Amino acid sequence: MGRYVLRRLLQLIPVFFGTTLLIYALVWAVPGDPFAGKCGERACPPDYIQFMTEKYHLDDPWPLQYLYYMGHLLTGDFGQTFGGRDIGEIIAQAYPNTLKLALVGLAIEAVIGLTAGILTGLRRNGFLDNLVLVSTLFLLAIPTFVSGFLLQFILGTQFKIINPTVSSEVPFHELIVPGFVLASISMAYVARLTRTSIAENSRSDYVRTAVAKGLPQRRVVGVHLFRNSLIPVLTFLGTDLGSLMGGAIITEGIFNINGIGREAYRAITTKESATVVGIVVVLVLVYLLMNLLVDLLYAALDPRIRYE
Amino acid sequence: MSDPTSGSLVTTPPPEQPGVVGDTAPVGAGLPETKRDQPRGLLGDAWYDLRRKPLFWISAGLIALFVVMAAFPFFFTSGSPNDPVGTGLSRSLEGPSGDAWFGTDILGRDIFARTIYGARASIIVAVAATLGTVLLGASVGVLAGFRGGWVDALLSRIADVFFGIPFVLGAIVILFTFNPEGAGSNEWKIMGLVILALCLLSWPVAMRIMRSSILAAKNADYVVAARALGASNSRIIFKHLIPNCLAPVLVYATILIGAYIGAEATLSFLGVGLQSPVVSWGVMISDSQQYIRVAPYWLLFPSAFLVTAVLSFVMLGEAVREALDPKLR
Repeated sequence: MGRYVLRRLLQLIPVFFGTTLLIYALVWAVPGDPFAGKCGERACPPDYIQFMTEKYHLDDPWPLQYLYYMGHLLTGDFGQTFGGRDIGEIIAQAYPNTLKLALVGLAIEAVIGLTAGILTGLRRNGFLDNLVLVSTLFLLAIPTFVSGFLLQFILGTQFKIINPTVSSEVPFHELIVPGFVLASISMAYVARLTRTSIAENSRSDYVRTAVAKGLPQRRVVGVHLFRNSLIPVLTFLGTDLGSLMGGAIITEGIFNINGIGREAYRAITTKESATVVGIVVVLVLVYLLMNLLVDLLYAALDPRIRYE
Repeated sequence: MSDPTSGSLVTTPPPEQPGVVGDTAPVGAGLPETKRDQPRGLLGDAWYDLRRKPLFWISAGLIALFVVMAAFPFFFTSGSPNDPVGTGLSRSLEGPSGDAWFGTDILGRDIFARTIYGARASIIVAVAATLGTVLLGASVGVLAGFRGGWVDALLSRIADVFFGIPFVLGAIVILFTFNPEGAGSNEWKIMGLVILALCLLSWPVAMRIMRSSILAAKNADYVVAARALGASNSRIIFKHLIPNCLAPVLVYATILIGAYIGAEATLSFLGVGLQSPVVSWGVMISDSQQYIRVAPYWLLFPSAFLVTAVLSFVMLGEAVREALDPKLR
């Protein structure tokens, strides 16, 4: 087990550096003068340009800049924007909002997806089963920005049930609709995964044995069937938390949530390359660690899986 | 990550056994050499199964309709996508009426005509990007799975690098880098860039699917037999492995077309994908967002077409998966 964790952590290192290098190279290559519009209506004074160029090593080739950047990053310093704000501070402010949104989305996805999946998995080919299958197809087919827009328009503007945009404190109850929008595609996936898993396991030998030795239905389903069927669903939900945070950019834009995706979009459009890379670093790191955690969780939940 | 194109749309893991065993007509695709009396192969078997599914016919019909719409938009509408219906702005933001079925937009253009013409860009981008993704991902996957060892380790790590980038964020960065705002690029260049961005960020999924099928099939008896008979590597790959490992990738590709139609619209909506004067559903939805209160129909009609198009490909993928995956029968 220890060796496995160590090997996985070592495998993370090249992936982490590869991803950040890729993003760094791309962002660095965004054409345009980084000082354009930075000093109001006039051109920047040469002293300022010289100072900033030296401070950010803008004269060096980009691989060298990347090394400088990584050097700072490993000491926990995300650097500063051209305006002088700490990027670490920007991320620390925006990240909790994205995390909240992703958690609300995950909760909705888990509750609705699991309920639908369990109900249809136990009673296949009924009316409910077909209804859920059709609705998951629809959920898969509606892009996030369309469902976000429509729900915002219908619930927020027409019927005034919710606030069309989320207020700056980001209270949990205002995140219900955005969370639903964010998680809608994964929700369909959870429902189908649960259904398939339960349907497959209900034909398995241990379930037949449990029924044959006269266990009550509740115990067969609740203990024998569920505990084995829900393992793949739980691991999916784990990895999905990382993906939801990375994919929140559109939902945050529509519902005006001050999260990490919106900061990233703003940073890309204003050529604040350090901020973009900083945010991607955090997102990738969280995603990779979530994946590792889920793999370990898999072994803990399913004793048949052993890591050498 | 949580992009519409990741493997999360393929709702079952690739089958461990590459062969397809039908319950009505057992054709051991894993043992094609021994079943000479049953000539129906993998695809023939799937087709036999598909013909009986209403889901397949509904989705295939819708897709055919969209393809005709993309190829010959003038069959459906006499209107023009970029010229106003009346003179100048005289008919700006009118609701649906007899001569403009879906109403007109802020510039007085016929929304119905624009929606019909919008199919072309969306479908070209989706199909081209899917072809690119599957060809790139599958070839890398075959290479990694067949070679194994350090080649596999290296290619898998490279795939991990691309897979780790959040999809929307990565696409925005790529498109912004190569096509900055205000740079007046022609429409083919933008389309090519969108296709490139989609391929670059999604190929690892196709690669993983192909790699795991190849790994499962590599040591099967028929491959060992072919090798014992002196078949070369390329013969084993093209004659034995690829035909037997195609099914999961094929299913993924079908669903991917739908996902890419949605992804293209998302990027256009964010202002980094296709831009006017190109007409696509995403561009229209993006244009309509400020007028949602006065002209909701401007948002609704392109959205409805977009969702229907994605839905028909997702349904087709569903039908194809059921036909190709014996475990679901």
